[in-house]
This record gives sequence, structure tokens and C-alpha cells, in this order.
Amino acid sequence: MSSKTIFSGFGGQGVLMMGYSLAHSAMSTGYHTTYLPSYGAEMRGGTANCTIAIAEEEIASPISSEPDYLVVMNTPSLYSFQNKLTSGGLMFLNASIIDARPSRQDIEVYAVPCGEIAEGLGDIRAANIVMMGAFLRKTALVTLDTYLKSLETIMGSKKRKAMETNTKALAAGYELLKTS
Amino acid sequence: MTEKVLMSGNHIIGEAAIRAGCRFYAGYPITPQNELCEYMSEHIREQEGGVFIQSESEIAAVNMVEGAASTGARAMTSSSSPGISLKQEGISFLAACEIPALIVNIMRGGPGLGNIRPSQGDYFQATRGGGHGDYRTIVLAPATCQEMADLTMDAFDLADRYRTPVMLLADGMMGQMMEPVVFKEPKPRDYPDMFMLRGAGGGKSHFIRGLLLDQLEEEEHNWKLARKYAIIEQRETRCEYFQTEDADVVIVAYGTSARVAKGAIKRLRPMGMKVGLFRPITLWPFPMNELRKLSEKTKYFLDFEMSLGQMIDDVRLALQGYADIGFFGRPGGVVPTPVELANIIEQRYFKNNGPEKRG
Amino acid sequence: MPMKKIFSKPASLKDAPFHYCPGCGHSIAHRLLCEAFDELDIRGIAIGVPPAGCAVLAYNYLDVDMIESAHGRGPAVATGIKRMLPDRVVFSYQGDGDLAAIGIAESFHAANRGENISVFFINNAVYGMTGGQMAPTTTMGQRTTTSPLGRSKELEGHPVQVCELFSHLRGTTYIERCAVNTPANILKTKKAILKSLQYQIDKRGFTLVEILSPCPTNWKMSPVEACKWISDVMTKEFPLGVMKDIPSAQQKKGVDAHEQ
Repeated sequence: MSSKTIFSGFGGQGVLMMGYSLAHSAMSTGYHTTYLPSYGAEMRGGTANCTIAIAEEEIASPISSEPDYLVVMNTPSLYSFQNKLTSGGLMFLNASIIDARPSRQDIEVYAVPCGEIAEGLGDIRAANIVMMGAFLRKTALVTLDTYLKSLETIMGSKKRKAMETNTKALAAGYELLKTS
Repeated sequence: MTEKVLMSGNHIIGEAAIRAGCRFYAGYPITPQNELCEYMSEHIREQEGGVFIQSESEIAAVNMVEGAASTGARAMTSSSSPGISLKQEGISFLAACEIPALIVNIMRGGPGLGNIRPSQGDYFQATRGGGHGDYRTIVLAPATCQEMADLTMDAFDLADRYRTPVMLLADGMMGQMMEPVVFKEPKPRDYPDMFMLRGAGGGKSHFIRGLLLDQLEEEEHNWKLARKYAIIEQRETRCEYFQTEDADVVIVAYGTSARVAKGAIKRLRPMGMKVGLFRPITLWPFPMNELRKLSEKTKYFLDFEMSLGQMIDDVRLALQGYADIGFFGRPGGVVPTPVELANIIEQRYFKNNGPEKRG
Repeated sequence: MPMKKIFSKPASLKDAPFHYCPGCGHSIAHRLLCEAFDELDIRGIAIGVPPAGCAVLAYNYLDVDMIESAHGRGPAVATGIKRMLPDRVVFSYQGDGDLAAIGIAESFHAANRGENISVFFINNAVYGMTGGQMAPTTTMGQRTTTSPLGRSKELEGHPVQVCELFSHLRGTTYIERCAVNTPANILKTKKAILKSLQYQIDKRGFTLVEILSPCPTNWKMSPVEACKWISDVMTKEFPLGVMKDIPSAQQKKGVDAHEQ
């Protein structure tokens, strides 16, 4: 097992959090993992992305020129990264704010209305976790249980309310693709 | 905390340094090492007597470190390439005055202001002393986050043992990326009081200096340093061998480029190409003999760097006359992909190991 | 009647002949410092940072722990020492090039941070050790080996008034300009040095004593003429006196205070 994922969007969407929590749960599962965020000047423009590598053996390069999975949370990210995705790769797209769709035919695209779903749960900020639910449903990189435990570790015990919302959001995203 | 945690390289250096007993940090923000500066501002002050200073310049930072380290405290500063250029004056003084300290360079693209992408363009500066005068600096080059933790702790021990500045040389990618890490237990510190400047008390006063106006005295001081450097060269080289046992081609790479090299090897091996990696962990002292020994079996070596070719000078010193040496590098902040490197090796592999050569 | 000893070498001054030129002010300043160490009984806890310049060998004379600093970096080195050893008395001894040219940033920011150190600043209006080149404190019209026509405001700018400048920094507590050209001025300098060190012992923050000091060799004067030149010319550019002295009661209330 060896995979690379790019999460992308703009600052405030919790893009780095998605990557960090995935890497954390991969570590808890016992995999090798690397997390590489965008940094410096490119952060100042408000866009954010990170690359997560997960593998059973030592990871050579944490960079990915051809990711297996791509999560795009806003339209500029779709255009920036769609052609990087490997042929046959999976794209997860934030359908709540992205109207465009990739022109490529050789990839699988999952349009996830993660914004609306999160709003339905009472907290738009959980949109990224809804997306993670959908992402984990299709990629099965880590189990939902492991992921939730990582999320809890990262957020600390104080944010119990947020954790409740996150648990619901994760399940909602997971169920969405299961039933479609 | 002995469990595995997920941290960025910059944070890991800070945490490892504090665990190793570092109680003084001075630095000036510069990308891509700001997170180390920030980590220290928060966590070193949680330690008793721990001091963090955001200095007015890189020059001030390294001189504050000189002052703090002269009292016997473990002290460090960090920066990225342009800032390290400014610190060279202080590093030269630390070497001359035989004061232990850690200097971290999270390299970025250069020359000049360059960019903030990962680069390995400071190899010459790091391994040749960097500042003025006849001196060397121990240079450690981690390639994983785990090694960043381990080598940061080791750096303080080496600095103490040889009373010399030690540089941890990584790049923007190593500084920014996160990997799981387990912090080892630091060794108890062993640094004699006699080298600490703490006031004369009731006894004789001491002074620490690098100024020796009498040229014969200065010469003797230089020979003394040289003897120390010779011992370091004998005892402290470190390297990693990766699939070199049967290799027809051995890549020589350090830090991030060594990771890329491993990625390339993993692509080439299943295609039947016997390629290995020799990774220097100490860049000075360079593992010269260890590399030369490989030439008994392997006849083609490819030096691979994220620069125009700097370590290749050391590779040549080790291998010239023993094996053929090739070079591939990308300067300016470009991190080549494993696929790119694999393609390069593939071409050279059959050139050097074609049927006629295999005979 | 037994003879009574009324003048002797301070205990903190090493028994070594000064290498300074005849009439140089460094020897006087060194002696005053050592007298102050003796009187405050701080020889054992004092740590000094000499400059690059004529006083680079100060550790041959001052019998206290010392560490060499790169040119101008004294206040940075002193900062590192003092932060690790807050109960020691830490001072830098700097010349005009060291403090006001190459090391202005380190000095300025140590002052601005209110580092609890003492800075003794020897101003002799030239670069002494390198042979009499222009200093940031070279006076208007003064001829040096690099201002052969005399310092002009058009080409070289005005002399840097360190005390006036640093007085504006809120991290500073006590700043005085003295001179060692007359017996009366020497006594005042001694008092200023004592005060600076006492303020540090009392943890009151950054203090600076500027000492106008004769350099007969590079001024190409006799020692007597040099002392007179300080009174006639230098003090016009660099007026003597206390530039800043925050009373301790006021400092306690938090006005311009350095909180240790």
C-alpha cells in the first residue's frame, strides 16, 4: 500500500487540518507517513495545500507530482491541480462552491456538497470533515474509528462540542457516497 | 514523551534541542525556518532559566549565542541561507574561541535573496568553514524527521566534546514536512566547568579569545585546531548504505536528495537495475574512506544534489582514480522527482553497464 | 613616623604595563573601572566584553573574566552572558567605531531591550588602532587619514551623538557623558562608572557612560594639547553631563522602566 493525496483550497477551509489529521491517523494505524504543507509566499495569497504520503514502507519523497487522490475545496484549486492527478485517480470536489467540473475522462470525480451538509448539521466549519468522510469512504486509507481518535487527539479534550459535530459530519460524508 | 508524535522538522529541532538541555535561543525570522523560531519563543521559556531572544539581526543572534554559550549554557541559533551568510563572522569566532554551539541552516534557493524553496546550495559554505580563517564546522545532514530529532541532540554532544560549533544542515522541505518521530532520551551532559565563563569568584580570572597577535602563537593555535579536526575526521564520520551490496551504480546524495534517490531506486530495482545509495550523514567530516571502499565493487557513482554540484568535490576526492563519477543536479530551489532521477540513471546505467562493459 | 600608603594599584588591575600610547585615555578608564570593581567588591562576579580596537587587549589589564567579541558585537555577547547569568555584573567596553558605526545595531537594540548591562563607551573621535581614520564621532572639520580635508557635513555627515540618541530609548535608565582630560573630569567619570555598575546591581536596566578620551598619537598633538582639545573642541560637539537618569522611585512606578 502506498498512496499520495493532495488537499487544496483556500485558507480557513481547514485544508491543512484535513491533511494533518489524515497523516496523524495513518501514523496511528502504523503506516509510514509524511505531511508537506505549502509554505511561505504562496500562503499569503490565501490558498493552501498539502501533500500526504502514506505507505507501508519508508517514504522517499514527500512531494507528489502525480497524486492518487485529490481533494479540491475551491475553484482555483481545481484548475491548479486537476491535471496532476494520476490517470484513474480519484477527485473529491467541494460541490457547494465549485460549479465547474474537470474535463478529464480518465478519473473518477466525486462531487460532495460538503458545505450544505455541514450547514444542515449546524456548523459550516465542519465542511472539511464531511469531505473527509466521503474521502475515507472511497479511499479506505484509515478506518473511521482511527480517524476519529486522531481528530480527538489533535483537537484536545476541551472541544467536546466540536467533536460531536465532527463525528456527525464524518458519518454524513461517509454515508453520502455509500448510498449514492 | 516516548510515544510517536507527528511534528514538522522545524518543531522537531526545537523540541529536541530543549530536551537536550538547550536553554538559550536567539534568532531572526526568515522563511523557511520561522516555525523553529516560533517554537522556541513558546517552549524554551517554559524551562527554568530558558531564554528566547528575537534578535535585531542574524549577526546579533550568533553573537548572543557566543555570549550565552561562553557561560556554559547550551545555546543555539537558526536561520536559512541568506541569514547563515550573516552568521559566518560569529561562527568563525566560535571556532576560534572553541565555544560549543548549534547553528541550524534550513537551506533555501540562492544565491542572493533567491527563493524560499528547498535547496542544497550551501554545502560549500557549510563544509568549508564558511567564515574567515582556517577552521571547520561539524555538519550534520538529516534526511528524515526522526534524524532531525536524533542529530539535533547529537549535535550538542559533539559541540561539547570538541568545543566547536556544529551545524545542522537541512532544507526547506525537511523543515516544513511532518513525519512521525520518537524523541530519544538525551545523554547526560559532560562539559567541564573550566571552560565556562562565570566570573572569577575569589580565584584567577579567565579570558576567552581568538586574538593572538603573535603569529607563532596564532600558528600554534591553528595547529591545535587542526589536530582536533583530524580527530573529528577519524572518529565522527557517519553514513548510510542503501542497497549498495550488489550495486552496479551507486547514487551519492544527502538530505532531501537522498530521499528522492531512494524513490528512484525503488523504481529501478524492479526493472532489474542494481542501483544503491550512499548517503553521507556527516558532510564534514565527509565519509571519504567509507565511500572509497565501495569502489572495490561498484565502478560508477552518480553524485546527485539540489545544487550545481558542490558535494561532488568531496565525492571526487574520495573516488577519483577509483571509479567513474557522474553528476545530476537541479539548483535554484527545485526538488527533482524520483521519476526524473530514475530516467537519468536508466540512461547512464546502460551506458556504463551495457553488454560490452559487462563482458 | 611610619609612612602611610595613600595611592596604589587597584586590586582588580593586573600588574602589567599598558601597551597604550603615552597620553592615551584608555589607561585612565581601565584604572577607573578597576577602582570601581574594588569599591563595589564585584571583581569575582564581573564579566567583561572588550571591543575590537585599541582596547582589544583589555583582558591583559582588567583582572576579571572576559570574552572577546567581534567588532561591534559586544552588547550582543553581553546580552547572551547576562541573560544566562543575571546575577553577574556584565559590561561591554567599546570604542566609537565599535559602538557607533559597525555595532550601532547591536548597541541600539541592547539599549532598547533595556538589557541590564553597563556599556562603557570610549569616544576619541578617531579609529585609533587602525591608524587614525575617521570615526562616526570625528568632529566637524577634523582631519583624519580618511577625511584629509576635514570632516564635512556634505561628504561625511555629522558626528553621531550617542548619548543624545540613546537617551530617547525607553529601555535606558542612566546615560552620562564624561571625559578623562582633567582631574575633575576624571573624578566625575569614576562616579559615573560607579553609578552605572550600581544601577546594574540594582537591576535597573541599560546604562551607558561615554568617556571623551584623548588620542594624542592620532590627533598628532602632545598629551597636554590633546586634553585641551577635548575641552575646546570635542565638548562643543559632545557636551558633558547627565543626559538621562531616571530616579528609582519613578522607575518603580513604571515610567520608562526596565522591569527585570
